[in-house]
Amino acid sequence: MNYRAIRAIYLFEMARTWRTLLQSIVSPVVSTSLYFVVFGAAIGSRITEVEGVSYGTFIVPGLVMLSVLTQSIANASFGIYFPKFVGTIYEILSAPVSYIEIVIGYVGAAATKSIILGLIIMATAALFVPLHIQHPWWMLTFLVLTAVTFSLFGFIIGIWADGFEKLQMIPMLIVTPLTFLGGSFYSVNMLPSGWRTITLLNPVVYLISGFRWSFYEIADVSVALSLGMTLGFLAICMALVWWIFRTGYRLKN
Amino acid sequence: MLAMPPIISVSNLSKIYGSDFKALNNINLDIKRGEIFALLGPNGAGKTTLISIICGIANLSEGSVTVGGHDINRDYRAARSLIGLVPQELHTDSFETVWATVSFSRGLFGKPKNPAHIEKVLKDLSLWDKKDSKIITLSGGMKRRVMIAKALSHEPQILFLDEPTAGVDVELRKGMWDVVRALQASGVTIILTTHYIQEAEEMADRIGVINKGEIILVEDKAGLMQKLGKKELKVHLQGRIDAIPASLAAYNLELSDDGHAVIYDYDTKGDRTGITSLLNDLRNAGIRISDLDTRQSSLEDIFVSLVRAP
Repeated sequence: MNYRAIRAIYLFEMARTWRTLLQSIVSPVVSTSLYFVVFGAAIGSRITEVEGVSYGTFIVPGLVMLSVLTQSIANASFGIYFPKFVGTIYEILSAPVSYIEIVIGYVGAAATKSIILGLIIMATAALFVPLHIQHPWWMLTFLVLTAVTFSLFGFIIGIWADGFEKLQMIPMLIVTPLTFLGGSFYSVNMLPSGWRTITLLNPVVYLISGFRWSFYEIADVSVALSLGMTLGFLAICMALVWWIFRTGYRLKN
Repeated sequence: MLAMPPIISVSNLSKIYGSDFKALNNINLDIKRGEIFALLGPNGAGKTTLISIICGIANLSEGSVTVGGHDINRDYRAARSLIGLVPQELHTDSFETVWATVSFSRGLFGKPKNPAHIEKVLKDLSLWDKKDSKIITLSGGMKRRVMIAKALSHEPQILFLDEPTAGVDVELRKGMWDVVRALQASGVTIILTTHYIQEAEEMADRIGVINKGEIILVEDKAGLMQKLGKKELKVHLQGRIDAIPASLAAYNLELSDDGHAVIYDYDTKGDRTGITSLLNDLRNAGIRISDLDTRQSSLEDIFVSLVRAP
């Protein structure tokens, strides 16, 4: 293992975060606070409780997941797309580093950022609503797994994208709708049964459900299923990354 | 004495894009340890493709390459560790400082921190006073040197310079060649591509000419110049002539456009250059001579004649 290379890539990517602190950290926190004001205070005052938890509290895990998902994808896709775009990728490709080391460096940094962000959003939420976490270790497990999985997914998008439009396309057209429809703001059980079945095809439901369970022990689907789906998606992303590097897809030609 | 094994050995290398476009066709090339090797070729000849494959940026289609005896695919870590690459385009991280980006390169190549080495590299390249500047604030020539500093950050044994002096002013170019010579003196092997044939002529120990994806010639510079080196004798005339007299047909003279000079090509290595008899025959033909000059054909002439050959 070329640990120094992993460290170099990781620190380089983290340095980018501190340089762009405003857009990396501050803007997601601001937008999440707005969600609290709009959904938690304005709409939440009309909805008393969801499954025994006040509405403002109920939406916290979903909001955290919403940010972690979108930021993981944004960070990781931009992290690898940018060197491709400006050409500095030549150095990574010509260095004595393995694919695994490259992925650990980039995906590790992107995941770290979104985990930090997730924790900051939770802390922000605690200012608005009383927050209680029943299973902190499970909460962290879901948080880390989700951050890593979607950073990997973002890494794949960053390699696939050959223009800034494509870089935005999948997050905007697929991920954001899936997240909003994945139960960030409501319990899937509140839906009519037909919609409920369709909603269960949305992978984000499982992430949010598992994550919310670690907070309040309320879940739309079983925790084991949530964990299984998350791990399954992680495995798919890993297989795709492995294929990308094996073939040199959009990197080496 | 046994010959030293080549530091880079390219065997039967081909690069095929799509189904049939051969960017490189069956390249065989050995680079000797410690030499400066210049790769010459017109645009699109395959110079950058060849370098990209050796450095791991592009995959090869057929054949094999070893660097320091290590196969570039099977043993890529050992192979790439030996190489520093300065690509043709100015690819830099605009918002990083010079010091950070050069240190990053060293880490990427798995070397422990060594501020003293990085300081030396930056000083050698006259970048020391810019070490804390963001790259975006530097001029093109400085960015080029930053890229060289990155390539040298991990103490490579081989340095690839792809068109290193494109867009660099004369002063800087000279400074850059001083650095290259100093590197060679410290045992680094240098492979450069260039459009400036004078540079190859001035710098290289050996020269390879690549055209349409094929190596058409590899030769010691001196040998190449001598082997293909014709000399040209220009005889300036006192008067103007309209045509070469028939009595001089055997010399294959060329008449200058203004009719005031004739040009004679001869081989310096021939037993007889034919100059004496030419001058005699010119006098016999009643042509009076005002001046003579001779010129060695340059690498550029050789290059152009090679590349233009069918």
